[in-house]
Amino acid sequence: MKRRQFNKAVAAAGVVSLANPFSIVRAQAQKLRVGVILPRSGVQGQIGQSCQMGAEIAPAVIKEMLGVDIEIMSADNESNVDTSRTRAERLIQEGAHVLVGAFDSGQTMSMAQVAEQRGIPHVVNIAAAPALTEQGYKFVFRNFQTAPDIVREGLSLIGELFQATNTVPRSAVFMHVNDTFGQAMAKGIGGAMQRLTQLPFKIVDTISYDPAAKDLTVEVSKAKASNADFLLLVCRLNDAIILRREMVKQRWNPMGIVSPGSPGMYEEQFTKTLGKLADYCISNVPWYNANAPLTKVVEKAMAKRFPKEKLHFHGLNVGFTFEAILVAADAFKRARSTDPKTLADAIRQTNITSKMMLGGPIRFNAKGQVEGIGSACVQNLNQVPTVVLPASAAKAKPVFPMPGYKKA
Amino acid sequence: MSFDLVANVVVAGLFTGLVYGLMALGLSVIFGVVRVVNFAHGEMMTIAMYAVTVLFAAWKLDPFFAVLPAAAGFFVFGYLLQAGLINPFITRPEHSQFMLMVAVAIIMVNALLLAFGPDARNVQVDYQLESFEIGKILIDKARLYAALAAVGAAAALFAFFRFTLTGKAIRACADNYLGAKVVGLNVKRYYALTFGLGSACVAVAGCAMVLLVDVTPALGPYYTLLAFVIVIVGGLGSMTGALLGGVLIGVAEALAGLLIAPSAKSMFSFGLLILVLLFRPQGLLGRKS
Amino acid sequence: MTRAGIGLAALSLLLLFFPAFAGPYALSVATLILFFAYTGQAWNVMMGFAGQLSLGHSLYVGVGAYAAGALFFHYGIGPWLGLWLAIVLCVAFGLVIGFLAFRFGISGVYFALLTIAFAEFTRIGFDHLDWLGGPGGMFLKVAQRDAWDLANFRGPPLMYYYAILLLTAAAFAGCWLLLRSKAGYYWQAIREDEQAAQALGVNTFRWKMLAVAISSAMTAVSGVFFAFYYNNLFPEQIFHISRSIEIILGPVIGGIGTLFGPILGAAVLTLLSDGITEALAALGWEIPGIKQVFYGVVLLLVVMFLPHGIWPAVSRKMGIGR
Repeated sequence: MKRRQFNKAVAAAGVVSLANPFSIVRAQAQKLRVGVILPRSGVQGQIGQSCQMGAEIAPAVIKEMLGVDIEIMSADNESNVDTSRTRAERLIQEGAHVLVGAFDSGQTMSMAQVAEQRGIPHVVNIAAAPALTEQGYKFVFRNFQTAPDIVREGLSLIGELFQATNTVPRSAVFMHVNDTFGQAMAKGIGGAMQRLTQLPFKIVDTISYDPAAKDLTVEVSKAKASNADFLLLVCRLNDAIILRREMVKQRWNPMGIVSPGSPGMYEEQFTKTLGKLADYCISNVPWYNANAPLTKVVEKAMAKRFPKEKLHFHGLNVGFTFEAILVAADAFKRARSTDPKTLADAIRQTNITSKMMLGGPIRFNAKGQVEGIGSACVQNLNQVPTVVLPASAAKAKPVFPMPGYKKA
Repeated sequence: MSFDLVANVVVAGLFTGLVYGLMALGLSVIFGVVRVVNFAHGEMMTIAMYAVTVLFAAWKLDPFFAVLPAAAGFFVFGYLLQAGLINPFITRPEHSQFMLMVAVAIIMVNALLLAFGPDARNVQVDYQLESFEIGKILIDKARLYAALAAVGAAAALFAFFRFTLTGKAIRACADNYLGAKVVGLNVKRYYALTFGLGSACVAVAGCAMVLLVDVTPALGPYYTLLAFVIVIVGGLGSMTGALLGGVLIGVAEALAGLLIAPSAKSMFSFGLLILVLLFRPQGLLGRKS
Repeated sequence: MTRAGIGLAALSLLLLFFPAFAGPYALSVATLILFFAYTGQAWNVMMGFAGQLSLGHSLYVGVGAYAAGALFFHYGIGPWLGLWLAIVLCVAFGLVIGFLAFRFGISGVYFALLTIAFAEFTRIGFDHLDWLGGPGGMFLKVAQRDAWDLANFRGPPLMYYYAILLLTAAAFAGCWLLLRSKAGYYWQAIREDEQAAQALGVNTFRWKMLAVAISSAMTAVSGVFFAFYYNNLFPEQIFHISRSIEIILGPVIGGIGTLFGPILGAAVLTLLSDGITEALAALGWEIPGIKQVFYGVVLLLVVMFLPHGIWPAVSRKMGIGR
C-alpha cells in the first residue's frame, strides 16, 4: 500500500510540477469543477445527505438556466474537522476549481483555511459562525446568515408573530445546546434582547444542555419550574425530539415552542418521529421563497431525481447548497475562465437577483458575506413545515398559543 | 428551587440510575470475574437496544417480552465471544486486552451504522408518554417499568450467584484463580459462562434502556464509560455495589444538573470517579483486594 | 555501518526530500503521519518505557494547544514563548496525575481509567470556559501564508512538514538516548517487575514520575504544533477520548516500547485509512461506516496475531535490531 501511494504521489507530482504548483490548468476549460464537501456520514450524516441532493440536481438545472457545464466532485468529511481539511486538499489536487461546503462551522473553517492557502475560491453554503468571514480571507465567500443575523431576524419575526396573533407573552425560558452553534446563538440573543426593547417578553431562565445528552429530564423540569409563558429553543434534531417528548411526559404545555433560528424542528425526522406532537412548533430560519420561479424549477428537478423526498423538509439544505453552486457557475459564466483568481474576482462581482431563498439579491460585501438574507417563520402544521410569516410569503396563518396551552 | 422540582428530579434520577445499575452489573460480573476490560460493553448494550427495536417494528413486541429472547441470545453471543476471541487474551498485558476490545467496539459501532444508518430509532409503546401522578410528583410510566425490570433482573442474578452451584463455582474462580483450578474447576468454561451471563444482563438492560432513550450507533462509547464509572464507584465484584453505584450516579447527575449547569452533569461523574479512585479504590461496597 | 544505520539514513533522506516530488495532498498526509508518529512516540515514553497505560493523553495535547493558542489569541504572543507555558502546564498536570496515582498505588486498568476521567473532566470543563472560546472554539487568526514567518510559526504547508519532521527526528534521537541511559535501564526494570525493582532499591516512584514528566512535556509540544497548524481548537474534538485512542493506535500497532514502532504504526494506519477510502470509492461502495469496519477488522487482526506490534516482526525479517 505504501509503495503504491508512493508511485501515485510521484506520478501526480510529475504532472503537477510541470505547471505552476499553486494553480490548476489555466486553459479555456469547458467545464467548471465544483468540489462539494459535506458531512454525509457521522453525527451530521442526515443533514449532509440532505444538502447533497442540492448538489446533485445542480448540473442539470444550471445547464438549462445559464448554459454552462459544471461537474460536481463530492467528498464526505465524515462530520470531522480533520477529514474536512484533507478532503479539501484532495479535491484541489484532483482539479477542483471551486469548493463548496460544509454546513458545520468547524468543518467549514478547516476547509476554508485550505482554500485560502491554495488560492481556490470557497463558497460556503451553510455555516453560521461569524469568524468565517472575519479572518480577512480573500477567497472565502458565504451566502448564508451569520449567527448574529439569524438572531436578529429570528427575534424580530417573534415580534411579528405576537402581533399577528394578538398575544403578549411576558416571559420565556431559553434553552440551548451547548455547542459551537448554540453558544454563538446564545451570545447573539443576549445582546439582541437588550436592544430589541419592543419585544414584550423577558427571558426568565437560561438552560444550556449537552447536545449529546440522551436524558433531558432535569432540563425540562427546570424549564417547567420557571413558569415561563413560552419556550425559546436553540436545538438540533435529536435533542429537539427528546425535549418535546419529555415535555409531554412532564405535562408542560407552554404557549409555544419557538426557535429563533436553529435546525431540528422543521426536519423530516422530527415530524416523522413525533407525529402530531410535532405540530405547532415554530422555527424562524432562512427559508426558500415558495413563490420564486427558481424554487419551482428546483422543486421539479428534485421531484424527478428524488421522487420520495419532499422539498419542504429539505428546502433549507438543498436551497443554500444549490445557490452556492449557482454562485460559482454564474461567476464562471462571467469570467469565462477557471483560473482561481479570476473566478474569485468574478464571485466578488456577483449580483444574482433571481434566487430561491428569501431575501435580497446575492451580493458579497467586502468581507465576502452576503447581507440581507431573509428568514421566515416556519410552523409545523399537519406535520408539514409551513411558512406563516412574513405575510407576503405565507401559506397559512400562524397558530399561537398552541392548542393545549394551560396557564401553569 | 421548590421541593416539587427537586423531588421530581431525584425520583427520575433514581429510576434511571437503577437501569444504569443493571447495565453496570453486567460489567461488574465480567470485570470482577474474568478481569477483562470490556471496552465494548456499551456497544453490546446498543446492539441489544437495536435488536429490541427490530423486534418491535416487526412484531410489535413490547420490550418486556423481548427480555427473555434477548437475554438468551446475548448469553450465547457473550459465551462465544469469550471462548473464541477473548480467552487467549487473559494472560496478555492489559493494553492488549484493551486494544482488542476497542477494535471489537469499533467494528460493532460501525456495523450498526452500516445496518441501521445514523438515524435515531426507538420503540413507541402505548404508555411511552404517560405518567403517574402521586401528589405533586409525576412518575414517568416507562421509566418506572424499566426500573422494575432492572431490579427484577438484578435479583435474579443475585439469587443465581447465591444459591446455585454454578454461581458458587464462578465466585470461586473470581476469588481465587489458582485455588479454583486446584479444586478441579474448568475455569475457562466458567469464564465463558460468566461473560455470557454478563452479556445477558446487558441485554436486559438494553430492553429497559430502549424505553428511556433513542438508540443511535454512537451511543455505545458513552455507556461504556458510564458503566466503568459506576462499577468503580460502586465497587468491583459487588453486585449490590453496581446497583448502588448506578443509583448514586443517576441521582448525583440529576442533582448536579439541577443545581449547577445541566451541561456539566457528566463532569460531576468523572470528578466522583477520580475521588473514588484516589481515596477508596475498592469502591463503596467492594472488598479491598 | 549496521543494516539498521543504513536503513535509517535512507529513510531520513527520503523524508527530507519528500516534498520535492510529492504533491500538496501527499504532503498534508505525510504531515499528519508525522504528527501522529511524534505524539505516539511521546505516549510511548510513558507506556513503552515505564509501563503506565495512559488513555487520556489527549489531555496534554489539548492543554498544550490551548495554552499556546490562548497566548497568541489574546495577547499576540508567538508560539516560541507559548511553547514554554504549554510545557510547564502539561508537566504540572502530568505530575499531579502521576503523584495521585502512584502515591495511592493506582496502576493498570485503574490508572488508565483515572487518565480517562481527567481528560473527560477537562473536556467538559473547557466547554464552559468562555475565555478560551468555550464550545464555540478558538480560532487563531491566520495571516497570509506564503512567507515563512518562523517567529509566529506561520507559513506554507512545507514549513509545517519540516517542523514536524524535525520534531519526530528529535524525539526519535532523544528516546534512543534515553533508552541507553540509566533511566532506560530503570524503566525496563520497573516495566518487567516493579516489586522486584523496588526490592533492589530502585526509587520506582521517582523514575515513573520522570517518565510521566517527559511524556507530557513532549505531548505539550505536539499540542502547540496542532494549534498553529489547524488554527482552530474545539474542546469536543481535542480532548475527546477518540483522540486519545487515535494517539495510542500508532504505537500499539507499530510496537510498544520500540523506537521505530510509533512511526511505523502511524504510517501504516494513516495510509491504510486513506487507502481503504480510495479503494471503496473506486469500488463504488460509498456507504458510511464501511471504512471504519474494515479499519476495526485490521486492528483486530493485528492485535490478535501480532501482539507485539508490526515493527518487531518486520525488523526481525529485515535483520535489524531495534
